[in-house]
Amino acid sequence: MVTTLDQVFREEWGRVLATLIGFLGDFDLAEEAAQEAFAIAADRWPRDGAPSNPRAWLMTTARNRATDRIRRDRAIATKFGLLVADDRAEVPMKTTSFPDERLELIFTCCHPALAVEAQVALTLRTLGGLSTDEIARAFLVPERTMAQRLVRAKRKIKAAGIPFRVPPVHLLRERLDAVLAVVYLIFNEGYGGRDELAAEAIWLGRALAELLPKEPEVRGLLAMMLLHDSRREARFSDGELVLLGDQDRSRWNTEQIAAGRAELDHALAMGGRGPYVLQAAIASLHAEMPCDWAQIAALYGELTHLTGSPVVELNRAIAIAETEGPEAGLRIVDQLGLHDFRYLHSTRAELLRRLGRTDEAREAYRRARQLTDDSAERRFLERRLTELADTTGPG
Amino acid sequence: MKYVMLIYQGPALERQAALPQDEQKQVSADYQAINQTPGVTPGLPMGLAENATTVRVEGGKTLTTDGPFVGMKEAVGGWFILEADDLDAAIEVAARVPAARYGGAVEIRPSEVYW
Repeated sequence: MVTTLDQVFREEWGRVLATLIGFLGDFDLAEEAAQEAFAIAADRWPRDGAPSNPRAWLMTTARNRATDRIRRDRAIATKFGLLVADDRAEVPMKTTSFPDERLELIFTCCHPALAVEAQVALTLRTLGGLSTDEIARAFLVPERTMAQRLVRAKRKIKAAGIPFRVPPVHLLRERLDAVLAVVYLIFNEGYGGRDELAAEAIWLGRALAELLPKEPEVRGLLAMMLLHDSRREARFSDGELVLLGDQDRSRWNTEQIAAGRAELDHALAMGGRGPYVLQAAIASLHAEMPCDWAQIAALYGELTHLTGSPVVELNRAIAIAETEGPEAGLRIVDQLGLHDFRYLHSTRAELLRRLGRTDEAREAYRRARQLTDDSAERRFLERRLTELADTTGPG
Repeated sequence: MKYVMLIYQGPALERQAALPQDEQKQVSADYQAINQTPGVTPGLPMGLAENATTVRVEGGKTLTTDGPFVGMKEAVGGWFILEADDLDAAIEVAARVPAARYGGAVEIRPSEVYW
């Protein structure tokens, strides 16, 4: 099997970095050393051939670089009479079995003492191996801003004493939720068309499922992402947004749907009934033909019960409208307080349109259009408005 | 790690004053327990913010004003020093401070050696 250098780097970066951080106790030093090792590999491997154990090679090279740097810094410090506290790199690292410390790493990156955007950036940089520039582009911020965000986060980890470890049992639930939220957030950012982020989130989800195989919610999140992502190709036609009911099902990724359902089955078999498992089950039902809307509505009901989220209620209203008619759906929608949420207005508009209440529908579509910045969504709403104008004359 | 733990009372003092007597006793006992937690060096009890005097120096001139520093939304109500393994350990102690559950908050500042 031929694996390209890129693939090896992709697979190994997070692991090598995690081990180095665990060993050196310093994010910056570990990152610099890892970067150097990967650069040397990129230079040498194509010429001399890849080593038989690439991971061990990268780990050892990086560790040696870090040790050199510490010695150099220490020599300078001694020259200037400064104190140097850290002796950790002098301790030889076991080269026979490198511990996999990616879990420690992700729990550190997603620690609640860091701002959520810093958690996201740090996770993508350290575990995902994305460059600062790539992360900046994905989140539409200047590279300088992203670089500062990463520097500040790493500084805080060190200064505030955020531990590098998998949280003890009594904290695990809450901290795992934070990790899953970060992965989900990355996926959502990618859902609007930035494919690389969605792919990255799925990759992180797979790594988490491998590291925490007994957590149903981890599998649930992975299943949900795979199932949503399987419809990626069909969600747009010539750059225009296509709703679920109108999608060309031949463009759904059936392999990915099967993979998602397999993860979901795993989660259910473990007794999982948490928010991500429920959302995955709903996504799985959405991929069926015909859709079992009554079952979907019931699952949304369960999800509302767990999360208390009005956004979930809005989704339940859509499912109810399919089984009990638009009026029943509208009754739920009109009780929700989400006045600045664009999907509340687009959902209302759709239900009003079905009820033939054209003027109110038009008003709601306009409100939704006002609230969205996404160009594909705007064009979709424009099309709906034009269709309404065609049926009733200009208004 | 050494942390400076700053206590903000928010509405906590008022809310505690309205509690039944046994719960008020519990609050005092909880503060007492914090002070006796290994790693904790209690700070001196702080008087009310309304009796504070704030000193700033501008252009070599000392400006003394009545009350706490207005640049902050709220005045510090108390403090202690905590020696703990890491931030998670500090968060656990902070969460035991009664002010934190009666609408106030505890701010954890890692102590720093500047000189």
